[in-house]
Amino acid sequence: MAADVTVISAPQAPPHPLAVFWHDLARNRGALLGLAVVVLIALLAIFADVVAPHAPAEQFRAHVLQPPAWVEGGSWAFPLGTDEVGRDILSRLIYGARYSLFIGISVVAVALVLGISLGFAAAFVGGLVDVMIERLMDLIMSVPSLVLAIVIVAIIGPSLTNTIIAVTIVYLPRYVRIVRAAALSEKAKDYVTAAKTVGVGRWRLMFVTVLPNCVAPIIVQATLGVSDAILEAAALGFLGLGAQPPTPEWGTMLAAAREFLQRAPWVVTWPGLAILVTVVSINLFGDGLRDALDPRLKRS
Amino acid sequence: MSLLEIRNLCVEFETRGGAFRAVDGVSLDIDPGEIVSIVGESGSGKSVAMLAVMGLLPRTAHVTADVLRFAGRDLMRLPARERRRIVGREIAMIFQEPMSSLNPCFTVGFQIGEVLKTHLGLGRAERRARTIELLGAVGIPDAERRLSAFPHQMSGGMSQRVMIAMAIACNPKLLIADEPTTALDVTIQAQILDLLVKLQQERGMALVLITHDMGVVAETAQRVIVQYAGQQVEKATTRELFRDPHHPYSAALLAALPERATTKVLPSIPGVVPGQYDRPQGCLFAPRCAHAFALCHAKAPPPAGSELSEALCHTPLVGGVPVVPGAAA
Amino acid sequence: MTGYVLEARDLVQHYKVRRGLFGKVGLVKAVDGISLTLKPRQTLAVVGESGCGKSTLARMLTMIEQPTAGSLAIAGTEVVGADAATLKRLRRDVQMVFQNPYGSLNPRQTIGGALEEPLLVNTDLPAAERRAQAAEMLKRVGLRPEHYGRYPHMFSGGQRQRIAIARALMLRPKVLVLDEPVSALDLSVRAQVLNLLAELQRNFDLAYVFVSHDLSVVKHIADDVMVMYLGRVVERGPSATIFTAPQHPYTRALISATPVADPERRKERIILHGELPSPFNPPRGCTFNPRCPLAMDICRVQRPELEPKKGRDVACYAVTP
Repeated sequence: MAADVTVISAPQAPPHPLAVFWHDLARNRGALLGLAVVVLIALLAIFADVVAPHAPAEQFRAHVLQPPAWVEGGSWAFPLGTDEVGRDILSRLIYGARYSLFIGISVVAVALVLGISLGFAAAFVGGLVDVMIERLMDLIMSVPSLVLAIVIVAIIGPSLTNTIIAVTIVYLPRYVRIVRAAALSEKAKDYVTAAKTVGVGRWRLMFVTVLPNCVAPIIVQATLGVSDAILEAAALGFLGLGAQPPTPEWGTMLAAAREFLQRAPWVVTWPGLAILVTVVSINLFGDGLRDALDPRLKRS
Repeated sequence: MSLLEIRNLCVEFETRGGAFRAVDGVSLDIDPGEIVSIVGESGSGKSVAMLAVMGLLPRTAHVTADVLRFAGRDLMRLPARERRRIVGREIAMIFQEPMSSLNPCFTVGFQIGEVLKTHLGLGRAERRARTIELLGAVGIPDAERRLSAFPHQMSGGMSQRVMIAMAIACNPKLLIADEPTTALDVTIQAQILDLLVKLQQERGMALVLITHDMGVVAETAQRVIVQYAGQQVEKATTRELFRDPHHPYSAALLAALPERATTKVLPSIPGVVPGQYDRPQGCLFAPRCAHAFALCHAKAPPPAGSELSEALCHTPLVGGVPVVPGAAA
Repeated sequence: MTGYVLEARDLVQHYKVRRGLFGKVGLVKAVDGISLTLKPRQTLAVVGESGCGKSTLARMLTMIEQPTAGSLAIAGTEVVGADAATLKRLRRDVQMVFQNPYGSLNPRQTIGGALEEPLLVNTDLPAAERRAQAAEMLKRVGLRPEHYGRYPHMFSGGQRQRIAIARALMLRPKVLVLDEPVSALDLSVRAQVLNLLAELQRNFDLAYVFVSHDLSVVKHIADDVMVMYLGRVVERGPSATIFTAPQHPYTRALISATPVADPERRKERIILHGELPSPFNPPRGCTFNPRCPLAMDICRVQRPELEPKKGRDVACYAVTP
């Protein structure tokens, strides 16, 4: 046997990519904090039935606009106070997390599916298809996002489902562009050509060969997209174009409480704070993800 | 007196898996006006050692040395400002990728002019004249017109000439060329090597040529240092190394060259260069060495005497046969 | 039946390139009329500098690109104009190994997956059989069975190139197009891979098209050499003939410019002046004439054809028959 065919041992493996990823992410304190808060909110939303002290729509007529527990006149039965019809704000916030997270996640899920399909179509078919998809996305992006969302909701009517549809359309271009760019850069690499020479067909090439290599930027965009969607849906809710009362959606709660701003500031403060904390946490986590996943931002 | 004097230079990088020793006890003297080649594969630390001399390593690198002196000045203890004045002016460096070493946003004339302004403080007109002169010196035709060219308008060979012009702008005493021709075609490589040797002779510079190409070493250098996994395993004159390599690694490397092969099957070196996670205990080359025995796996060898090219080996080769230093005599 | 596994006639690849946003459309003749034949177990080296069209030629031979004109037959079957089913069948016969083993393996695919993929998309073999064949091939290229489930990032450059070679061989091709297969590898690993290629050629009766700019490697491995300059062949013949007595001035310059690892042999170097002309605007006549030390008047007017002279084909007026 020739000397060089003697079996060569692989060098002791470098750390697993997942371990590397976790190391990079864990180095970022903000990302960890964001992740912790997001997980907490998600758990609250999932176990709302157990955690929340009251039902979200239950009205305690004797306790209308009661302040938070630690303020004079408050009671621990309603830790964050009650709203204008005597509903427990804490319970509504906890149930509201369900809506916000549901909106955020479904918008991102739908936008991802459409974004990947359109982005891949643009990148792999090219030519006229590419031009048409790109121009359509330019068109959507040329209108301010909230204005566009309002127009869409105005046409199809205000409801939770329609909020999701409107926000998805508004944010679709980002996904399409990021998928298209990632697919184009991966497509030019040798391993894709190598797959073609062994006879890999178009569909397998797109979804088995290329897609897994595009996930890093897509995951980052999707994470940040959840917070954008929550914010946008809350804005629609606030304008009365999103989820309709008495749904305890945070934006809708905010809108209903607007008129009590002077008399009972806590009614406005808590839903606003809930939106803020959720969005900031998701963004912190998303930024950490980007730093960990995007090699261009990696420190040596 | 040596121009550059290095004793026991070590560079360690902080990494996830702990400290990684990229350069391990490098010692080197470079005299004015000589061409020394540092040859090694990727991971041999040949570039890192020279970047450490230049002070161009990132902060994650931990550099130590017993002596690191340039023209009598201790680089390790020099304040950063003074060190920067030496680097770029008296020591210059060119790199493998000429295309990415030039800033794509500025013209060639501007970039060379900037060097002249920073280090020599020349005025506008002087800079222009000197830049044209430099471009001419590195063999760029039509230098005056090239001043306003952007890097993307030039080929790889031309870009490398511009890099060389920048490097010699301040008449450095030492030029470090890190794989200057690796990215270039052979006919262009020949032109660039010719140019480097010509400039080195005309200006009396010392030239350190970092390369992995034994052919380039043979045709250009007077002395060679062979590096393996961060260590200097052999230091010899070029003729001596190619005639009778004393370290088994150098010998195996030369034997594996297709042009020196006498048989259809090339005598190859099994295995791969040790990485961060599989550094052997004893001699770093032992796992791949055809002459290794128990001692090699257990204990790191000391360098042999200068008559055996300071080969880092328990039993350096003489005429291809391992001998025990001292015992053989 | 000609006995050739690969036969190309006058292959041409022209690209239309727009220079600038509203610029003129220029025509780049990346490959301009190349013919070659290849027999089993033959190694043909395609030599030239960047921009000479050797990579484009490789892409046409592996059917990654359709030629603009010319014909290409694989094992006697014409490729140009063939229907999809025939193309799919022929594709199996010509496989490719790329220069950079860090880019040619899918980072998200295990080694086993990469080796099985060609069988998965081209054959109806059951999973167990595919796995067995992949494991067998791993062994033949000098890797171990436990490497099967690992990902490319866990391997060194040389090992990755072995994996890339193994994948290319999974469909038992007749021709392997090797595009600079060892130039990205370290010196000590290069010899291992060259030896492996030689051994596999014997075992599998492979024909190699070995694209390279490294003449010392070519000299060692090739039976025949084809020297390209700006999309055309300037000299072609048996390796020994070309290396002992190169005739075309470009071949001579190329050989003399290649550094020799022997400090005792100070040879006279022919240093070519200037660089490769712009492919948008190649010189009239012989494309090499602006850099040629032997250029005559006719060279600037008329292009020399490839003609048999001195035991090889050469396209030069200055070479006498």
